[in-house]
Amino acid sequence: MSPTPMTTERPVPLLDIDALLDDHSTEIIVCCGSGGVGKTTTSAALALRAAERGRQVVVLTIDPARRLAQSMGIEQLDNTPRPVPSVDASAGGSLDAMMLDMKRTFDEVVEGQASPEKARLILENPFYVALSSSFAGTQEYMAMEKLGQLHRQALEDGSYDLIVVDTPPSRSALDFLDAPERLSSFLDGRLIRLLVAPARGPARLMTAGLSVVTSALGKILGGQMLRDVQTFVTALDTLFGSFRQRAEQTFALLQADATAFVVVASPEPDALREAAYFVDRLTDDHMPLAGLVINRVSPSARTELSAEEAITAAERLRAGDSSSLAAGLLQLHADRVRIIEREQHLRERFAASHPQVPTALMPAMPGDIHDLDGLRMIACRLADQG
Amino acid sequence: MSDWPKVRLHVVTGKGGTGKSTVAAALALALATSGKNVLLCEVEGRQGIARMFDVDPLPYEERRIAKGAPDRDGRAGQVHALHIDPESALLEYLAMYYKLGRAGKALDRFGVIDFATTIAPGVRDVLLTGKVYEAVQRPRRSDKGRKGAAITYDAVVLDAPPTGRIGQFLGVNSELAGLAKVGPIKSQADKVMELLRSPRTAVHLVTILEEMPVQETSDGIAELRDAGLPVGGVVVNLVRPRALSTHALALVRDDEVDPTGIASDLKRAKVDVDAALVASLIDEARDHAVRRQLEDDQRVLVNAEDVPVYELPRLAAGIDRGALIDLALLLREQGMA
Repeated sequence: MSPTPMTTERPVPLLDIDALLDDHSTEIIVCCGSGGVGKTTTSAALALRAAERGRQVVVLTIDPARRLAQSMGIEQLDNTPRPVPSVDASAGGSLDAMMLDMKRTFDEVVEGQASPEKARLILENPFYVALSSSFAGTQEYMAMEKLGQLHRQALEDGSYDLIVVDTPPSRSALDFLDAPERLSSFLDGRLIRLLVAPARGPARLMTAGLSVVTSALGKILGGQMLRDVQTFVTALDTLFGSFRQRAEQTFALLQADATAFVVVASPEPDALREAAYFVDRLTDDHMPLAGLVINRVSPSARTELSAEEAITAAERLRAGDSSSLAAGLLQLHADRVRIIEREQHLRERFAASHPQVPTALMPAMPGDIHDLDGLRMIACRLADQG
Repeated sequence: MSDWPKVRLHVVTGKGGTGKSTVAAALALALATSGKNVLLCEVEGRQGIARMFDVDPLPYEERRIAKGAPDRDGRAGQVHALHIDPESALLEYLAMYYKLGRAGKALDRFGVIDFATTIAPGVRDVLLTGKVYEAVQRPRRSDKGRKGAAITYDAVVLDAPPTGRIGQFLGVNSELAGLAKVGPIKSQADKVMELLRSPRTAVHLVTILEEMPVQETSDGIAELRDAGLPVGGVVVNLVRPRALSTHALALVRDDEVDPTGIASDLKRAKVDVDAALVASLIDEARDHAVRRQLEDDQRVLVNAEDVPVYELPRLAAGIDRGALIDLALLLREQGMA
C-alpha cells in the first residue's frame, strides 16, 4: 500500500483558521476535546493569531503548562484577564489572558447574588467549601460562568471582540456541556426543595415520601453531612432561580451564531472517538461547529518507498551486516510509513462518518511549546494548510 | 521475580494521551501467570477495556475477558474485567448494607442517586474505590470452586483517572474528610484509605518521554509521597524504535552520513535507488535523531525519580489483543510483574 492518498478518499473540507479569526461576527471560540490532545496550546495559539491580526482578544485557559503560563504572564491565579506581553499590536489588536480560578469564580457568583450576611453563611458552609473546590462538575460550570461574565463585560465596555475558551480536562469531552445543567438542576431541583421543605411540607403523602428519602440520605451520607447540605440549601434558597437562569443563558450563548466550536483531537482512536461524540452532540444541540483540529499528526514521509519494500531491503542488508546503517534508515522509514498509514486510516474513518466537518491538521512538533514564538508558529501552520 | 511481590492492588495513572489504559491492560495480562486470577477495573465510563479486548461493552459485573500472557510453557492465568460505574456501586452498596425497600426507588425518583454520584463532593470517588476495595479484600473461600461463589483475585489492576486528578480520586486532599466527619461514607472512605496507604498497594505512573508528561509525573510522585501513598514504578510508554545505534545517531545528527555508501547499500538490497531517495531517508533519520535526543533528555529526568522504570515501545500498527500480550511480556521481562 502506498502512503500517498488513495483515489477513493473523499476530499475533506479544510478548516480555514484565518477566515474564522477574521470574521468579526465570531465573538466566542470554544476549544474542546479529550485530555492530552493539546487544547490549551491550540486555544492560546488561535487567540494570539487573532490578536495579531487585529482583534481585541481575551483567552480563558484552564490549566496551562507552567512555562507557557509564565510566558503569557498568567502564572498567578487572580481570576482577572491580564495583558500578554510582547504581542505584536501593529494591526491594532490586543491579547489578554487569564487562568480560571474555579473557587473564586463560584464565590463571586454567590457574593454577587446574595446579601452580605447570606453570602457569608454560604461561603462558610462546609458543604459549599467542598462543592466549590471539588472537580465534580464545578470546574466546567465555572468555566462557562466566567465565559458568561467576560461576554457581558465585553458587551458593556467593548473591551473584547473575541473570547477564546479552553475547556476543562474532563473525563469525557461532553462533561462541560452537561455539568452546568446538572449542577443547576440540583441546586434548583426537586431534591433541594424537599430538603428545604420539611417545615412547610404541603401534603401528607409528600412528607411521608420525604422522610423516607431524607432518612435514606442520612444513612448514606451521615446525619451531619446531611445537615450541612440542608443549611447550605436553605441559605441558598433565594438564589435557586438564578442558577438555572445562568445555566440557560450560557447554553443559549453557546448556541448563538456568534459562537464557534473548535473540536481538538489527536490522530488516536480514543481522541477521535471523543471528537466524533462531540461533533454529534454539538449538531444535536444546534451548536455552531467551526471544525476539527487534529494535533500531533506524524510528519509525512519524504519518499514513496513502501513499508514492506523498506523492511524487506533492511532484512537483506542485516543478513550481511547486522549493524548496517542503511538497514537502520530503512527500518525507521518503514516505522514512519506504518504510523502515517494508521493515522490516515483513523482520519478517513472519522471523515467517512462526519464528511461535513472542516478539518485542519497540525504536524507533531519535536518539543513542547513554551513561548509566544512557538504559539505563533503553530497558529501559522494551522492557518496554512497548503 | 516481580518487583512488587506484596502488592495486591496496582493503581495505574498517567497524563491523558500517554496510554495508561493500554499499560493497565498489559499489566493485568502480565500478572495473570499460570493459576492466577487478575481483575482489571475501569472507572471512567469509557468502555476502553471492551474496545481493547474487542468484546461487548462490559456490564457492572466481573467477566472473564482473556487469558494472561503465556509463560515459557505456554501456560497462563485468567484476566477478568469489571466496569465500575458509581450508580451501580451505590445501589449495590445500599442493597448490601441497608434494607431500603421502596425508599430505594424513591431515592432515584428524587434525584438522590444522581446527587450522591455526581454532585456530592468526593462521594463518587469513594463509591468507585470502595468497589475496588471490596474486590481486593474479598475473603478467600474454601469452597472456591463452588458455583456462584465470588472469585477471589491474586491481583487487582485499576485503570485510574489521569495524574492531574489522581490525588483527589484516591482521597488525598479529601473534601469528604472535612465534610463527612461521621457516618457510613466516612468509615468506608477510611477503610479504603487504609488499604491504599498500605504496602499492598502500588500507584504506577505512565508517561511518555516528552516535557509536560514527565513534569506531571514528577509532580504526581511528589503529591503521592506527601499523601503517604505508595508510589510504584514509572512506565515509559510509546518509546521510539532504536533502529539506529548511538554512533549512527551521532553521524546523522552531525550530518556525516555518506550518501554514496548508503546508495550502494540500498542498491545491494535491491532497492530502486536514486539520490532523492537517499536524501529523503537521511532527512527522516535526522527528524528521528532530534526526537531521540529530546527523549534521552527526558529519560534522565525520569530516572532521577528514584523509582523502578519500565519501558514499552511505540507500536506502529496500534493496539490490539496481540499487541497487549507483547507489551505484557515486556513488562514481565523487566520485572514489573
